[in-house]
Amino acid sequence: MSAERRSDPSPESLPARDRPASGSRRKFLQAAGCAAVATALTGCKHLTMEEFLQHNFRELNKEELRAIIARLEKEYSAKFGKTVTVGTEPPMKGVVFGYALDLSRCIGCRRCVYACVKENNQSRDPQIQWIRVLQMDKEEGVNIRHADPYYDPPLVPQEGHFYMPVQCHQCKNPPCVKVCPVKATWQEPDGITVVDYNWCIGCRYCMAACPYGARHLNWGEPNLPKEEMNPVTHYLGNRPRAKGVVEKCTFCIQRTRKGLYPACVEACPTGTRKFGNLLDPQSEIRYIIENKRVFLFKEDLNTQPKFYYFYGV
Amino acid sequence: MAEKAPHAHAGGSVSRKARLGVALLLGAAVATLAAAGCSWAQTPLSQSPEAKVRQAKDSPAAAGADAAGGQDIQVPPPPFTEGIFPCTQCHDGKTVKLNTTPRKLVDMHDDIVLKHGPSRWCLDCHSAEHRDQLHLVDGQLIDFSKSYLLCGQCHGDKLRDWRVGVHGKRTGEWNGKKQYLLCVHCHNPHMPHFKPLKPLPPPLHPAEINIHEGGRP
Repeated sequence: MSAERRSDPSPESLPARDRPASGSRRKFLQAAGCAAVATALTGCKHLTMEEFLQHNFRELNKEELRAIIARLEKEYSAKFGKTVTVGTEPPMKGVVFGYALDLSRCIGCRRCVYACVKENNQSRDPQIQWIRVLQMDKEEGVNIRHADPYYDPPLVPQEGHFYMPVQCHQCKNPPCVKVCPVKATWQEPDGITVVDYNWCIGCRYCMAACPYGARHLNWGEPNLPKEEMNPVTHYLGNRPRAKGVVEKCTFCIQRTRKGLYPACVEACPTGTRKFGNLLDPQSEIRYIIENKRVFLFKEDLNTQPKFYYFYGV
Repeated sequence: MAEKAPHAHAGGSVSRKARLGVALLLGAAVATLAAAGCSWAQTPLSQSPEAKVRQAKDSPAAAGADAAGGQDIQVPPPPFTEGIFPCTQCHDGKTVKLNTTPRKLVDMHDDIVLKHGPSRWCLDCHSAEHRDQLHLVDGQLIDFSKSYLLCGQCHGDKLRDWRVGVHGKRTGEWNGKKQYLLCVHCHNPHMPHFKPLKPLPPPLHPAEINIHEGGRP
């Protein structure tokens, strides 16, 4: 075996000055290793050495993080022709985010879908949308077999139907996190499940595990027009993604960790969407859970969503 | 024994007085409790810090105007048709004479379609004497900026939900300053049913997404 390996860099196949003469085997292996890394890097279109060797977000120290953020901001600013910021706002203490959606109010106008795309820099083409609005049959109730996401009548709401937007439920017991083989996705202390786009290998196990269809893969090179790009981003949220990584709703982490409502809440014309801190007894979300008829979607799977559907009437 | 008799008598009178006092005290306590319960019922959110902030912030503007006794809520100005307010521009008692007979309007405001409840007409909500104000059923005058009190007379459950931020749209900060809207920002008070909207385009079917071409075929 060792003889074979030694014979691998056959002296004949190499230029005379690189010929592994006695004692220079280590040097040769180093050179070969570098060449292998270089080949790997040239194989990946836009991957720099720093990116290639970057650690998981949760393992970064302050120094490394600062360097990475600086690199990303420079890269994105150059690519989109405007000053892009990449935030790393940490979770707030004593906050676990919850979301409530009033099924008796939603009219299915899809304003939330496009507000989300605009805020979170999803690829326009190939199309990625984090919110999917299902048109349901009133006679059937919440029955996924009678759900139509492709409805397109001239006006909504349609007679005999109700509308149920579905997005990431930010489960307390997230199956997507459990299946990730590289720990590229995890649940933050404020309850938001996030993805480190630089660590994701695009295996799509999480997409298979999610019962809500909330995760989306960038099958192609994301196409995000410069003028539509939202320059206020978060590392774990809406910063531009690359081809081959999975992305999902983060409750607009770049907004909510600063105290703002998510973009979908702001966009909804009917006041269907409610958001707040589950640990604050005075919050709207707690009032809803304590006073309204609330249900969890696919509760039987024990995913324990922090996304509550309710009937406000 | 004879000496003791007046004592006994006096003692009896004291205990009667004491009993009366206790009864009075009890009555007062009950009254206080009832009053407390009543005020709590009127302002279900008065405990919340947010509500307190709102109250404090709005106290100069409030000035006893919130007739229903609830705390004031900061809202943007009502969505008047341009140039229509103040109503006293025309309804000053001279240019337009007061006519309280329910009738179909012809020369002015004939664009308003009243589709709100069975048999209503203008002066059920608009004050006849104070044209720049509205009035509640008990005759109490309120400003247009407090019209939610008027709506809440019938839609009490909605008003309750609106106050706590469940009915209606909230924007701003989930843990701080919120922007409320008046009922009339979303519901036309004359025909309050929410208007149907044109939905934005549906998502592409997976078959329509062609990633090899970089997008839609």
